[in-house]
Amino acid sequence: MPTYKNILSNRYTLSRSWTMEVAEKAGAYQQARIALTTLAPERVKSEVEAANIRGRGGAGFPAGMKWGFLPPAKEGQDVYLVINADEGEPGTFKDRTLMEKDPHRLLEGCIIAMHAIGAHKCFIYVRCELELAIARLEQGVRDCQARGYLGARPFGKDWAMDIVIHPGAGAYICGEETSLLNSLEGKRGEPRLKPPFPAVKGAFGMPTIVNNVETIAAVPDVLAMGGAAWSAISLLPPEMKDGGTRLYGISGHVKRPGVYEAPVGITLRELIDDFGGGMLHPDRPLKGVIPGGSSTPVLRAEDKVHAPDPKSPLHRWHGKSHLDVPMGVDTMRGIGTMLGTCCAIVMDSSVSMVDAARNLMKFYAHESCGQCTPCREGTGWLANVLDQICAGRGKAADVDLLVDISNNMMGNTICALADGTAMPMLAFVRKFRKEFLEVAEKGLPSGARLDGAIRAQLVGKEAA
Amino acid sequence: MAFTLSAEQEKLVDQILARYPVLQAACIPVLHLCQKQVGWVSPEVIDYVASRVGLSTSQVQGVVTFYTMFHQRPPGRHTIWVCRTLSCEVRGAKTIQEHLERRLGCHAGETSADGAFTLKKAECLAGCGYAPMVQIDDTFHENLTVAKLDAILDRIARGEAATQDETPWYPHAPAP
Repeated sequence: MPTYKNILSNRYTLSRSWTMEVAEKAGAYQQARIALTTLAPERVKSEVEAANIRGRGGAGFPAGMKWGFLPPAKEGQDVYLVINADEGEPGTFKDRTLMEKDPHRLLEGCIIAMHAIGAHKCFIYVRCELELAIARLEQGVRDCQARGYLGARPFGKDWAMDIVIHPGAGAYICGEETSLLNSLEGKRGEPRLKPPFPAVKGAFGMPTIVNNVETIAAVPDVLAMGGAAWSAISLLPPEMKDGGTRLYGISGHVKRPGVYEAPVGITLRELIDDFGGGMLHPDRPLKGVIPGGSSTPVLRAEDKVHAPDPKSPLHRWHGKSHLDVPMGVDTMRGIGTMLGTCCAIVMDSSVSMVDAARNLMKFYAHESCGQCTPCREGTGWLANVLDQICAGRGKAADVDLLVDISNNMMGNTICALADGTAMPMLAFVRKFRKEFLEVAEKGLPSGARLDGAIRAQLVGKEAA
Repeated sequence: MAFTLSAEQEKLVDQILARYPVLQAACIPVLHLCQKQVGWVSPEVIDYVASRVGLSTSQVQGVVTFYTMFHQRPPGRHTIWVCRTLSCEVRGAKTIQEHLERRLGCHAGETSADGAFTLKKAECLAGCGYAPMVQIDDTFHENLTVAKLDAILDRIARGEAATQDETPWYPHAPAP
């Protein structure tokens, strides 16, 4: 296994790492103390900007720039920090590790971020299924209050701070930031029209910064190392402004699925082979990999980068496999997919891509909030058409119907759920068109199932 | 009969209400608290929450129907959620669900005849690297096999608590 330095996860393996005693002994809250007692908010902001953190929630928006969108402070106007801990993108399970293994890193990041943006209150919106994460965060907040790291005078500073752990109630859409804000306000989690953006009018009508768990958990180390040094951990060229270290997840058909920390810019091949331990079964090669959560279009090993123009940012990888391109926000976009949450789903040759697409489209059909017609109807129709195709009641024209429906969803809705459904659907059809046409004509072989290759192992008495 | 909470729980509700700048924001946390008391969100619970957070019952009903985790009918004594999204699916989620259906004698979405378990399909529960997995009440159970799942259900059937194992996160033991 590669040996990169663990920064975000350096306390994960300590015994009882989630307790205040253990975390504090290992360095937690030192940076919060320094920031609140000696650093001006502007200084913290400039370090975060220099760190070139691209938002870790999937969109990859520069975190420093987001903080810069806040309007100047006004009398009688609160500013809120909201942490998006509604981790629910299929394939993604990295934020959960931070909250369960090292909640104090997140809480320390929140304290520093509240100082930087001038907030008195932070809401951490955690999906309610993650009971263990919620319990550990709540205990962490109580410990902070008891030690005077939160409350009326955190670290002796005359600036009251409070963190509220707010449970969701089971809705994928609440990971979308405006939908999350509606849910936080006690409403149905339907996304809002933008503008106004949350930085101008967010939670309870006030300027609000919404950041992902991992983004904020990085802030203490950004201060400890200095923004420029933190940014330079990344393996990508500095002009890409995609800095630091991050958590990678890998699931599906690999030997060692799990969460790993590595610098920004390792390749998918490294993630699959070196961290993931390679393909699960030696006789079943890689068929497709979804690089960063189910909304990111699938990649194949046999596809090559086409960037003959020396001015293209991807030129240096021209002719190489998609799996050998370093994973960054802009590099992944350059090969027609997205970096997303950096949590890859690996599928071997036993997987029918039509069935895999059906599984995901059912997910989106279930999770569409129903507010916009193209998404509500489109996700449902994609799932229905795929059901018919898989059951052998399809026809060749249905494959084009999938493309047509997807094209009518893209860009026609309030939030990005529809795009996040249509993009992977289009990629599945484009890259596996022959397979889709075959299944559309004949249906899936009888008894075909996604876990067909692994089933015996789970049922057998000797299963590990 | 109207829904009531103990004095102690009422104090907890007051604390939740005080956390937010508007009462309405307490809607979801208070619904969770009530559901923990009675197992589901009954019409009486909706009336109670509406009066506590200053909303109409139809507004609270709208919230309840939007989210998956609110039970709109009384479930069994335990609820089992089987994650069926892609990462789990390719690692055996269907096998796990089929086994549960056989063992409990009911389909997903139904409750076993003895009222002990309600079986439900779930969308991604953020346990993708430790698939297949189920959530039983408040606890996650990961890296399942049929035998491992049976052992957990046996424990619960004997009245023992289903404890959640600490997930063996990072870094994994090197491959043999």
